[in-house]
Formats: sequence, structure tokens, C-alpha cells
Amino acid sequence: MSPSTLNDLFKNKVVLGGIVSLLLSILSLFVLNNLVFFVVFLVIFIILLLFNFIKITRKLYDTLGSRLMLFVTASIIFLFFLLLIILIQGSLRILSEESLPSLLFSSTWKPFSGEFGLFAVIIDTLIVTAISMLIAVPISLLSAIYIAEYAPKKFKNIVRPFIDVLAGVPSVVFGLCALLVFVPIVRDDIAPFFGSNISSGFSLFTAALILAIMVFPIIISLCLESFNSIPIALKEASLSVGATKWETVKKVIFRASGPGILAAIFLGFGRAFGETIAVSMVIGNQELIPSSLFGPGQTLASLIASNYTEVSSIPILASALIFVALLLFIVVLIFNLLGYLVLRRASKRWKY
Amino acid sequence: MLASVFIVMGSLILIVGVIVFNGAPSLSLQILTQTSEGGFYLGAGGGFLNAIVGSLLLALPATGLAFIIGIAIALYLQKDFLNPSIANFIRICLDILWGVPSVVYGVFCLTIMIAIGMTGGSVLFGIIALTLLEIPIITRSIDESIKMVPAGLKETAYSLGSTKVETAMKVVRRQAMPGIIAGVLLGFGRGIGDAASILLTVGDSNYFPTSLSDQTAALPTMILNLVSMPDQVVQNKAYAVAFVLLMIVLLISIITRYLTKKSSKHIIK
Amino acid sequence: MENPKTIQIETKALNVAIHNNQVLKNIDIQIPAKQLTAIIGPSGCGKTTLLKSFNRLLEIQDGIKIEGEIVVDGINIMSSGLNVPDIRKKMGLISQKPYPLPMSIFENVAYGLRIHHDKNQKELAEAVQNCLQEVGLWSEVKDRLHDPASRLSVGQQQRLCLARAIAVQPEVILCDEPTSALDPIAAQQIEKLLLKLKKDFTVILVTHTLRQAKRVADHVIFLYFGKVVEQGTAAEFFNNPKNPETKAYLAGEIS
Repeated sequence: MSPSTLNDLFKNKVVLGGIVSLLLSILSLFVLNNLVFFVVFLVIFIILLLFNFIKITRKLYDTLGSRLMLFVTASIIFLFFLLLIILIQGSLRILSEESLPSLLFSSTWKPFSGEFGLFAVIIDTLIVTAISMLIAVPISLLSAIYIAEYAPKKFKNIVRPFIDVLAGVPSVVFGLCALLVFVPIVRDDIAPFFGSNISSGFSLFTAALILAIMVFPIIISLCLESFNSIPIALKEASLSVGATKWETVKKVIFRASGPGILAAIFLGFGRAFGETIAVSMVIGNQELIPSSLFGPGQTLASLIASNYTEVSSIPILASALIFVALLLFIVVLIFNLLGYLVLRRASKRWKY
Repeated sequence: MLASVFIVMGSLILIVGVIVFNGAPSLSLQILTQTSEGGFYLGAGGGFLNAIVGSLLLALPATGLAFIIGIAIALYLQKDFLNPSIANFIRICLDILWGVPSVVYGVFCLTIMIAIGMTGGSVLFGIIALTLLEIPIITRSIDESIKMVPAGLKETAYSLGSTKVETAMKVVRRQAMPGIIAGVLLGFGRGIGDAASILLTVGDSNYFPTSLSDQTAALPTMILNLVSMPDQVVQNKAYAVAFVLLMIVLLISIITRYLTKKSSKHIIK
Repeated sequence: MENPKTIQIETKALNVAIHNNQVLKNIDIQIPAKQLTAIIGPSGCGKTTLLKSFNRLLEIQDGIKIEGEIVVDGINIMSSGLNVPDIRKKMGLISQKPYPLPMSIFENVAYGLRIHHDKNQKELAEAVQNCLQEVGLWSEVKDRLHDPASRLSVGQQQRLCLARAIAVQPEVILCDEPTSALDPIAAQQIEKLLLKLKKDFTVILVTHTLRQAKRVADHVIFLYFGKVVEQGTAAEFFNNPKNPETKAYLAGEIS
């Protein structure tokens, strides 16, 4: 460890920082010829110089530190509202030209002729999210229970890290796989099987499928976490009154970790609902009210990704896309608050 | 039950397998060490070093910023500093921000860029978008690990005459170190792999960015650009890029495991 | 040597409520300096609360309401405008479960020295060695000073906590059932140490084992349901208790 006490250490760092910033300011003036950097580093140097003369007492350090943390925390709350305000502000333009009902309930999206009906896109979004959750939730829950309660320890030790890694795999990678594997499968096998022979493979169903796979690791790893936090005594209590393992799972584990499971599902929903890239790669990007699950579509998020390049040529399109982003934000907001309320009620009732 | 495990594991292994088997063969030293040339998207030579560098130049500063902001907030959310009900309100806000789709952050930055008359994209706004994306992730992860710090440990620090900031910075921070590391790397992983926010804010380029106002290539957006090309040879390059991205994610996970293990030797149970 | 009857800590009409639940009621006690005072009583009678009010640690919990005065060295520490870390520095705390700080053994002892005093590396090393020798830990850890403190045994950790507490040169050492998590041998070591330390420090020991109080205390305070039932010298308390509740407690009739 370094030999100095706190004050010494601080001073040394100050001195070091001062020298470095002075060097950087000289460097930026003569080598980079950049006046902005010169001024920035010079100001840092002067501040550090001043620090050297003012003795920083512990009390001052404490006050300054707390204030700084308060400032950062307050600005994050500010950011939260700023995000909302900027999105609302940006949507005002489209809202002044088109009424809210016509935006939400007209289904013609033709930016070039000035028509911005989102109805078809909203319907597609609901369908895709619903199907993906219908696939993902039961499968993930059953897998989580198997991994937590039934699987041999060795299996558990291999699977858990694997799932955690996969929760971090970028969505564009999933999208790429879907493009390579699922699009042909849907086109050649699944769609014909359900009697729809003209599917290109770029469809709502393909998007829902890849979303479900993306959501698996999220729901599973969160569920495992909440299963693991159940006290063993609780399980023992159930088993000791003669309940079978499955009864224990059903009656005790599901109830005790109910809030956790719910949180996992909400988070999975949020991910599926707002996923942009993977969806836009396989959904076909056509703003149509779907006639079949195997036809192309467009979700709110993928709409932004496939239209943003035109914003410089059609200014009002930018406002329309900002409005779509606002919709996404608001839905996530509502779902989070809903989830929070449910969790609070549940955790009051089932407290362990 | 077993069937569902097989479905989950099968599909996930399939994803990894597809990327590895298609990506690894297309990978060569040449495309890893060269920047993309004009014809890169048309099937000709060049590599994607500029995208790797671009991704790092976006994700590293963003993670750094988000870390500084995140740890300050997470420490401040302790009841030593902040009324618990206000802290919980902030936690809800952060959870909502965590759930906000990354494309919304992209749109947010795009809105500002349009307002100030900037077109095409820049490194600066890419960093801002990623920072916004990472702040809630990093903050809440650190916050969760700080919540686990035993009250008795803090009492010990206070009873030795530490001030609140000293307790937070010297004792709580150390005890929460594994969680902090995991949180930061989680944020970094999300940042470097996120395409939606970057897509709207950084544009594209064949060169290394030299200033904050330059456009830049990045790994996720490069994948999107490559697969949209009709040529099969070009599309194969996308798998190589995806393979690199997958390796980065794997590497992050390994580093996380190593560092959390290493940093938890001082942890008091 | 000072007059043993000097009063180190005195409380006047101390009332503490946690979430509107009155935990301490009208506590008036005097704690003599450089002696070992035991606070005894059944679990949940407010012993720990009383102990933590001495170094103002209570107020970091939620829903705490404190009234009354606590006078330490002639100053009411409850009055506003005092620097709380300075008050706490005067009082070392040893908790029930040892809490070493998440750093090396050396850094644990050096922690207080670093934040309170300007010392160079050599002085620091000497001070750390002195404190560790004082608690009899030096010979056990001198070759692994830079190992994590979490690797020590629980008994060693508790002694490390003692060393860390005395390193900041407090006047009072507050012990909150310091032996309850330890095995008998480690507990005996701690008891011996406390007896040794009372020469230089005022030691306040919270315990719920009567036998321990009998073995080590000079002065005893008996708390029962948040009230002081009896206080006095150990000899008088154990041999000639005045209050019927004390008699009943000593006889093992109430707990």
C-alpha cells in the first residue's frame, strides 16, 4: 500500500493531476492545435492548483462528496423527465397535424404521402409480443423449475453460466441467426404445414419465434434467482408434512417466488416488446394488418429502425417516429408501474 | 419439463452453433486487422478493424461515464444519505429506464441531433446514447450489491469515527466490489452489443474516427449493413462480425467471473 | 491513576423509541471511568439500544426518536452542532458478530489511524504492531498481515476488531455481547483482554450471561423491559441486591 495518509494521498493525486493536466493543455495547444482542449485542461489545472492551497478537511470532504452524489442523483431524475419531455415535445408536430385517434386507429402508413396511421403496426406489435410470450413463459418456467429443483448438480453448474452468457448475447446476433435458420424453416416447413404456401419466411411468426428464444435466458435466470432465495426451511417444512416434490413446487415454491416470477415475466415482456433489431431483420417490414401469421408485418420498434434514414428528407416523419418512441416509453412505463404495484401487494402478503 | 429444457438449451446452442460454424471460417487475420475499404460492402477486400475500434471507442467511454454516475447514485441511494422512500422512487425510475427499449434512447439522441442541425451521426451522440442505456443497468446492479452490505459493517465503520462519505467510499465500496465489477461489465456488454441506439446515432464510416463529431462504424451496425447486401460473400462477412461480437460477450463473461472471484477474497460474510 | 469514581458517561432522562415503540424509559445511569461496567438483563430489554445510543449509532436506523441527555466528559453529546464522527471516535464498538472491514489485516487496524491521524508508513506500521500485540494477535498474524481479514477465525476476527478499536485511541470501549458468537476458548481470551484493557479504557460490556458479568464486572447496571432496575458496584449487586426483581433475576426465576 502507499505510504501516505488520506490527506497525503489526496494531495499527491492533486499534484499528479495538476502536472498531467498542465502537460495535456500544452500538448493540445502545440501538437493538436485544439483551443477547446487547451482551455479545458487549463481550467482543470487551475482548479487543482487551488485545491492544493485550500486544506481539505474531512468534514469538507464529507460535505462536498455528499453534495456531489446528491447532484448526480438529482440529475438522473431530471434526465428521466427530460427524456419524457423531449419525446413529447418532438411528437407535438405530428400531433398538431394529425389527431391522436387518426394516428392510433388509421392503418395507412405512407410517410411519403403524409399518412401516418399506426393501427396496423400496433396490432402487429401486440400479436408478435403475445405469441412470443405464449411460447417463452411456459417453457422458461418449466425449465427454471427443472434446473432449480430436479436437475443433478453437475447439470446445474453447466447450465447456469451458459444461460447467463446467453442473456448477454446482442440482439443483432439473434437476428442474424433467425435470418439464416428460422426464415428458411418458416418459409419451407412451418408455413406450408399450416397451409400458407406463399410465405416468404419474413413474417410475424418468425419474429415471435426469435423473440421467444431471446427471452428464454432472461426469464430463466431471473426465476432461478428467485427460486434460490427461498429459504430451505420453507421447502423442508412442506416436505416434512409429507408433500411430494411436485406438490412442494406447486404450493410452496411458486407462491413464495411468485413476485419474482412475475417480475421476470414483466422484464421478458419489456424485452420482447421493445426489441428492435432482431425483429426488423426478420419481420418483413411492411405496415399491413396481418392476414396470416406467416405474412410480413412491422412492430413499433422495428418501424423506427426501418424508417429513420428518411427523416432528413421528410421532416414530419421524424416527429412521427418520436411519437412512436414516446408510445414505447409510455407502455414500458405503465407496465413497470403495474409490475411494481403487483409486486408490492404480493410481497406484503408473502413475506419471507 | 425435461422437454422444455431441451427446447431452451437446443435453441440456444443452435444460435451459438450457427454463428460459430458460419462465422469462424469467414474470419481471417486479414479482415480482423484491416479497415473496411470502399468495396467492403460489395464483396471486395478490406476488414472490419474500424468497426471493432469504433465499438470500443463508443462503449468504453460510455461505460466509464455510466460507471461514475452509477456508483455515485448507488452509494447515495443508501439510507445513510437518502430517505428510503425517495430512494425507492428513484429505484422505480431507474427500473423504468432499464426497461425502456434502446431504440428510444436512439430516438432521443436523434431528436437532439435534428434540433441542433446535425445530420448523419457522430461518435459523441453514440456515446451519449450508450451512456443513457447503461446508466440504469450499472446503477441498479451496484445498488443491489450495496443493499447486501451488512448493516453491522457500516456500524463498525461509523463507530471508528468515519464520516458518511468515508464509510461509503472506503468500506461499502470495497464490500460491494464483486457486484460493482459485475454491474459494470454487464453494462459494457449491453453497450457494445446494442445496435438500435447506435444505428440511429453514429452513421457509418470506413475509417477510424478521429474526433467526437466523426461518424464511425461499429460491430452491431456493420452486421446490419452487411446482411442487407445481396451478395452471399458479403453476407458471410456478417457472420464473421457476429462471431467476433459473440467472442467479446464470452470474454466479458469470463473476465466477470475471474474478477468477481478475485475481488471477493476481502468480502466479509 | 485517576480517581476510579470519576464519571465517564452519564445519562439523564434518556428515552428512546423505535417506530413508536418505547424501548428505553427514563434511563438515568452513571458509568464510572476506567472500570468495567456490565449492562445485564434478558434479551430484548434494550441493552444494545442503550449501548448504541452512547456513540450516536442509533440514529442511522429508521424511525428512531431519542430524548434526554447523554453526558460524556461533561459534554451532552445529544446537543446539536457537534461533529458526530468525533464523538464516535471516542468510543470503540465491538459488536456481537465480529465485522472486520473488507480489507487486509494490516489495513483493518490502520483504517482508523489513516482517517484520523497524519502518520507516515513507519509510524503506521509501529502503531499497528502495538495494537495487535495489545490484543495478543501479533504473533499469530505477523507473517500474513496483508492477507484478507476475512480469512481469520472468528475469535481472531473479534480480537482484530478490538485492536482496530483501540488503534484510534478511544476513551470508552463499547462491547455488545462480544463473546456470544465465539467458542469457549476464544471467549475466555476476549474476557481476559477486556479485564486488561479496563486499566486504560472505560469498558462497557453488554451481556446476557450472568456468570460473565459476575466474573468480570466492577459495576453493574440491570435493565428490565427498558427500565433501569438496579445499578451499583458488582459486589453489592450480586451479594446484596435491593430490588425484588433483581433478586428474582439473580435467582434465575425470571429471564
